[in-house]
Amino acid sequence: MSEETKFEPKIVAFLCNWCTYAGADLAGTGRRQYQANVRIIKLPCTGGIDPLFLIKAFERGADGILVSGCHPGDCHYNSGNYHARRRWNVFKPLLEFCGINPDRIQFSWISAAEGGKWVQTINSVIDSVRALGPFEGYQKINAIGPEGSGEGFAPSGKTGCECK
Amino acid sequence: MGKKIGVFVCHCGTNISATVDVEKVAEEAKKKYPGVSYATTYKYMCSDPGQKLLREKIEEEGLTGVVVAACSPKMHERTFRNAAVKTGLNPYQVEVSNIREQCSWVHHDKALGTEKSIDLVRMMTEKARKDRSLDSIKVPVTKRALVIGGGIAGIQAALDIADGGIEVILVEKDASIGGHMAQLSETFPTLDCSQCILTPRMVEVAQHENIKLYTWSEIESVGGYIGNFDVKIRKKARSVDLDLCTGCSSCWQVCPSKKIKSDFEMNLGNRTAIYIPFPQAIPSKPVIDREHCLLFRDARKKGIPPAESKVCRKCYDVCPIAPVKAIDYSHEDEIVEEKVGAIVVATGYQELKNNLYGEYGKGKYADVITGLQFERLASASGPTEGLIKRPSDGKEPEIVVFIQCVGSRDPAKGCSYCSKTCCMYTAKHTMLYKHKVHHGHAFVFYIDIRCGGKNYEEFSLRAIEEEGATYLRGRVSRIYKKGDKLIVLGADTLTGSQVEIEADMVVLASAMKAQDDAEDVARKLSIQYDKDRFFSELHPKLRPVESSNAGIFLAGACQGPKDIPETVAQASGAASKVQALLSSDELEREPVVARVDRLPPPLFSTCIGCFYCQRVCPYGAIEQEDIKARDGSVIKTVARVNVGLCQGCGLCAATCRSKSVELEGFNDEQVFAEINSVEFN
Repeated sequence: MSEETKFEPKIVAFLCNWCTYAGADLAGTGRRQYQANVRIIKLPCTGGIDPLFLIKAFERGADGILVSGCHPGDCHYNSGNYHARRRWNVFKPLLEFCGINPDRIQFSWISAAEGGKWVQTINSVIDSVRALGPFEGYQKINAIGPEGSGEGFAPSGKTGCECK
Repeated sequence: MGKKIGVFVCHCGTNISATVDVEKVAEEAKKKYPGVSYATTYKYMCSDPGQKLLREKIEEEGLTGVVVAACSPKMHERTFRNAAVKTGLNPYQVEVSNIREQCSWVHHDKALGTEKSIDLVRMMTEKARKDRSLDSIKVPVTKRALVIGGGIAGIQAALDIADGGIEVILVEKDASIGGHMAQLSETFPTLDCSQCILTPRMVEVAQHENIKLYTWSEIESVGGYIGNFDVKIRKKARSVDLDLCTGCSSCWQVCPSKKIKSDFEMNLGNRTAIYIPFPQAIPSKPVIDREHCLLFRDARKKGIPPAESKVCRKCYDVCPIAPVKAIDYSHEDEIVEEKVGAIVVATGYQELKNNLYGEYGKGKYADVITGLQFERLASASGPTEGLIKRPSDGKEPEIVVFIQCVGSRDPAKGCSYCSKTCCMYTAKHTMLYKHKVHHGHAFVFYIDIRCGGKNYEEFSLRAIEEEGATYLRGRVSRIYKKGDKLIVLGADTLTGSQVEIEADMVVLASAMKAQDDAEDVARKLSIQYDKDRFFSELHPKLRPVESSNAGIFLAGACQGPKDIPETVAQASGAASKVQALLSSDELEREPVVARVDRLPPPLFSTCIGCFYCQRVCPYGAIEQEDIKARDGSVIKTVARVNVGLCQGCGLCAATCRSKSVELEGFNDEQVFAEINSVEFN
């Protein structure tokens, strides 16, 4: 087996408490199987997700991120998911600008009743990130620290940019 | 000072331990996670001995933080927090790591499941290390309740709450309360007359000193939160003054528009433009149907205010009330505001329209009718005065075919569920038919007969064995017209033969569906609904009357298909929940709220006063606070959170440019700790 095929992506999923987290619970109650590559972080609302959380996850070595909340109009807090979507629209070009392939972050709406949709979504996120390969941008930057210390940013050199 | 964290890994019988090596999870936690001073596993953490273990170890080990790795926090977070409180530990120092619903149940591979569980427990441990002790917030309670929907569910809930001495506001969108139950002829399994048992309750509602009734009204918006809802109600223009009108009936007798299809009669009968829906209506005061009224049509055509139109005005002229007439063409919608502490949603269901079925004539055969239409035909107060006459020519039908599961259990028509009531009401229909047309014959096509209920099985057997209805197990593939007959083609799967019946009338046991405006109502109330648009209960077994929004309860068919006894039981259940909620003067609320930092002078706060947070807050919970010097001059204006209004969504925290706002329980430190602790390869 080559190194390529062994790659298993790590996905961090930021889920809202009311819809998608409950949807993922429902998938569990229904004993629906999915790939184990995901680590879920529960927040009250996707609208409360600071873009820095996503950046931090990438910096730590996440290969992909899923942000998922309530369907439009169903937000427990009335409008939180709309704010999340707007923030995402602003944040996405910024990611591209930073050299992170925006396909590594996916955004979805899954209700508390949609256990099946959760399974489909998370499996497809894992599969698509697996196809993209590992995200090594940050590690490469860190590896070329000033004195090769493995810490800090270097002003030049290969940065692992994924710009197309 | 470091925290001493205890990790408790639950086996959940074998629900977790079968696919997760729980011992290894506990071992890893003790060995490798900073701050963990104790770790163990237990068969059932939620059980009494499990909770005792938790309490003992908190005390013995002097734990200052706890992580329970078990089922979803939605199940038992409260259980474990309550257990911790008994030892004096702050409940918000307890975290639950979801290793059942989101790990052991969804991953069969034990190695992967164990690895993931270790990660999940580490994440929660890291979060727990950053947990702060929080004090619950106390808010005053408004001791009034709102009931939305005036069908049997709403009536029952309103009466039960009102009998407990609590003021109730009952809102009904139609001109009268009563709902679908008022349309039924007789009820199963006793065959007692629906109106005879319902109308006394309707009168009770009208006369109850604790019930304030708004008919012809709809919910405009709902704000606030448990204990303190602000409700806006749209009183639709009725064109009749309810205080002046005596319900003398002169107006609807003279109304010239007499051929308007009546919704109450399921389009089988007619009504006037100024009308009461049915004779026993509560209030028995009319409403003008502005779409059909000649005067309003004229006003619309000419583009003049209705009061200026000179067309018809017969109802106004005949109205005997003096000096001011009860009829007022210039009525407009009015918004009234009410404050309540709890809400019961009882908005009911609708019957699946029969034009969905191409094979059953797509609604174009007059003699293919729905279950509710048959109720009106059989009802003594219905358009035929209780005589079974088919709609097309008024002939008495000699052969009637009843088709069950029309829409129900048919994912292709959007209802994968069983409507639950149709088996019983079809059995009832065959009996009502046979009682009225002795020589007639009733055929029933069914998939299964489901009669789970007290005396239900006996009732259905009576239809077959004593009343002589012919039950055929199979589906009907097609209905077409031949002369004045309807040819019903179907299968009898028990004999394996094709069946062709020349029927005079066909009755479809149409599915019970969520109301068209269910999504709209759910959004106004911020409650969840399921894939069929029925409102979701908080827990399918243990919290069947609570919605996903605290303080809002569900009753009746808006939550899923139900018959009358079940609806009444759920309504009484919702009423008792409301009474329990409103029995205390103040409520304790979770302290998961946002806070804007405050610092010593000269900074006072890192808030820069941009108030972006104020713009995104869905609850108007962000206020502006002037920080003043001793002489009263304003040093700076910063944001402040009104914790009574804050619902803890965290929008403000994510929006804040200066990182001055934090959401308690999910602050940046906690979330970053979680992210940092994920082990990436």
